[in-house]
Amino acid sequence: MRVRNLVIVALVLATVVLTACGGGAQPKTLKVAILAPLSGDVATFGQSTRDGALLAIKEWNENGGVLGMQIEPVVEDSQCNAEAAVSAANKVIQQDGVKFIIGEVCSSASIPISEVAMANGVLQISPTSTNPSVTVDENGNTKSLIFRACFIDPFQGTVAAKFALDNLGAKTAAVLLDQGNDYVRGLAEFFRDAFEAGGGEVVVWETYTGEDQDFSAILTKVKDANPDILYIPDYYSTVNLIAAQAREKGIDAIMMGGDGWDSPDLDLTAVDGGYFTNHYSSQDQRPEVQDFVAKYKAEYGKEPDALAALAYDAANILFESIKKAGEADPQKVADAMANGSFDVVSGHITFDEHHNPIKPAVILHIADGKVEFVTTIAP
Amino acid sequence: MGVRAEGSTQMNTTFLNRKNGAWLNRLSAGLFALLGVGVLYVLGKAFVDNPSVFTQQVMNGLQLGFIYALIALGYTMIYGIVKLINFAHGDVFMVGAFTSFYAIATMNLHRWPARVWPSMPEGTVVLIGTITVILLSMLVSGILAIVMERFAYRPLRNKPRIAALITAIGVSFFLEYFGALPFVFTNNYITYPRPFEVVVYDAGTIPPAAMIGMWVLFIVSVAAYIVLRVMGKKGNAAAQAWARHPLLQFGMLFGGFLAVVLTLAGVKIEVGGKVWDLSASNVMLVIMGSSIILQVGLQYIVTQTKLGKAMRAAAYDKPAARLMGINVDYVIASTFALGGGLAGAAGVLYATAFKQVHHLMGIIPGLKAFVAAVIGGIGSIPGAFVGGLIMGETEVLAAGFISTPMRDAIAFSMLIVVLLVWPQGIFGEPPGEKV
Repeated sequence: MRVRNLVIVALVLATVVLTACGGGAQPKTLKVAILAPLSGDVATFGQSTRDGALLAIKEWNENGGVLGMQIEPVVEDSQCNAEAAVSAANKVIQQDGVKFIIGEVCSSASIPISEVAMANGVLQISPTSTNPSVTVDENGNTKSLIFRACFIDPFQGTVAAKFALDNLGAKTAAVLLDQGNDYVRGLAEFFRDAFEAGGGEVVVWETYTGEDQDFSAILTKVKDANPDILYIPDYYSTVNLIAAQAREKGIDAIMMGGDGWDSPDLDLTAVDGGYFTNHYSSQDQRPEVQDFVAKYKAEYGKEPDALAALAYDAANILFESIKKAGEADPQKVADAMANGSFDVVSGHITFDEHHNPIKPAVILHIADGKVEFVTTIAP
Repeated sequence: MGVRAEGSTQMNTTFLNRKNGAWLNRLSAGLFALLGVGVLYVLGKAFVDNPSVFTQQVMNGLQLGFIYALIALGYTMIYGIVKLINFAHGDVFMVGAFTSFYAIATMNLHRWPARVWPSMPEGTVVLIGTITVILLSMLVSGILAIVMERFAYRPLRNKPRIAALITAIGVSFFLEYFGALPFVFTNNYITYPRPFEVVVYDAGTIPPAAMIGMWVLFIVSVAAYIVLRVMGKKGNAAAQAWARHPLLQFGMLFGGFLAVVLTLAGVKIEVGGKVWDLSASNVMLVIMGSSIILQVGLQYIVTQTKLGKAMRAAAYDKPAARLMGINVDYVIASTFALGGGLAGAAGVLYATAFKQVHHLMGIIPGLKAFVAAVIGGIGSIPGAFVGGLIMGETEVLAAGFISTPMRDAIAFSMLIVVLLVWPQGIFGEPPGEKV
């Protein structure tokens, strides 16, 4: 499947390049890189991200492009890990001469890409990397050319804790986290802080490693503590493993998670009755959302997930800012982006001083094999 | 051979007898002893603080340990007969898991009895369907192991052993990344559809008849074993042979393990006013049961059949076995097939337990099973069984009571600890007696 898609993209690119060459006077093109994990354990994230960004590019191109330039996407598989991400970033910057990057999905890949981008004066907007250090360096200074289109870990963890305390009436929570994953640790820590600040108690705090398959040992401890909430802010492949084993151990706590749950491959029977925080819901009735859902469905024949929506948003924010800046210079575009405000699928967005968007989050509920929109929580 | 071995022993002794060498040895032994005492203290304290959780953790460890034991059997048999550590064994396990995935997800094989006999009761359908899926996976994995042996290892059999070892690593990578290709398996993580629904048993939900039946099986087999041993001691050769029969082992292992687990899960235990909250899932019982059945079946083949006798002979001395008219190539291929089949079955059980398959799933369980085989004494079948259980328990207890991120480090360091005490592994026999 994936290879076939890549081949199609490659063919499209080849045709674009060939027609461009054949036209005598070359119309200028604007190259934009899409870096996403197209294989591996979060492959569905990468595919949705690519599809969402490509849809936005297609629309802009049909309307005459940006500043009269046709947009040419360069898609690379950055595999959600630092090494692959850095080599993909170097490749698109040095070989393809790209000045604008949309990506990566995972924080652990976006952070190293942001360093490459800053060193080369390239603008990066990550659609979905929620860790604070994507846009802020170790000294607390904002990286001038790096943006994101999603809210950050503190917000998701805090919203989840608030929802658990206020709407679910929870008193105790167990938190399971992958110690080696910045995204998971970020959500877990902010959940814990907000939950304890709100009067709740975190009764189990257990770490595991990304290779673990057997969670019986830590789940036995969870069962013994009998918490109201089981917070698993990991990606869907791990959540599937943990949730299924938790059910077998007879744990009846309400499971909660973050946007890492948002995948068609999430095991809905195992996490039945659970809640997760997300960026957008296709059931949201706002016209921007419904318009995007209709277009995406027409293009790809399926419902867009949050990854697709955010990638679409990231691409639109980028092109809107280039248009406003009046030229494709990364620093000028960054200034336009930082000071602009955008009405996109995931809501009304402005950027704060750390280049994090200020925008609402949605809470989704899993019941009877369906994901349902519950409510929107504004910052 | 003998001369070289003597020479090296001499060298070792002179080295160890040097003053600082002996001092270092004593220091390391002391450190390990201290570490052991510390670990025992932590575990003992955990048990006293919360015996219910501790017992549940031990039960969790059994589930993992029985799977490792099944994989470890393949390592140990293949090492026993061709002195090759088959690093591709973990990937045979992966292929077994994927075979069952396709059999269930696309062919719906686990429901075939219901299609042929629509009136069949649900329980029987699930039982026969599951057994069929396991047998199919065993068959495919067994054939894969034979192919591997024929094309990768046999041409190198008379070459230096390092050549075959490196080839094994190559075969392993080949299977992993060939499997990652989109038209073979895939490189995504796939949710595995179990052949049967999960049921969790806790106090009161297990029929007492099952529990009592297991205890009866266990007690009868132990009693029969003792009687036959006593008769054997008195000179009854037939009784002595029967005392070693795998059927008795089956009764003792199957009856014993299941009786204990069913009793722990099914009987309401109350200590000091606190009710123990123990549970066992049917997945766990199926894993324990089928693992024991397959291991005893293997013991039967090795000790009671002509093929088994040929295997033991070939392991002991290949040229001599050939002179006695044994087709050594055939025997070695059969050993690979048996080992591969067991790995395939383990793959089905592992996927059923953890509900996920992917193309690299064989690496870590394969490594752990290899360590289990070495701990038990590579080449020894009971050793693989005991080693597997030790690995499973170490991993779960380490994760439960010492440190979750350190679980693998602790499990692998068991290798060092055991080999310090028994350099041949627990059941390791002097070279030459292995299968």
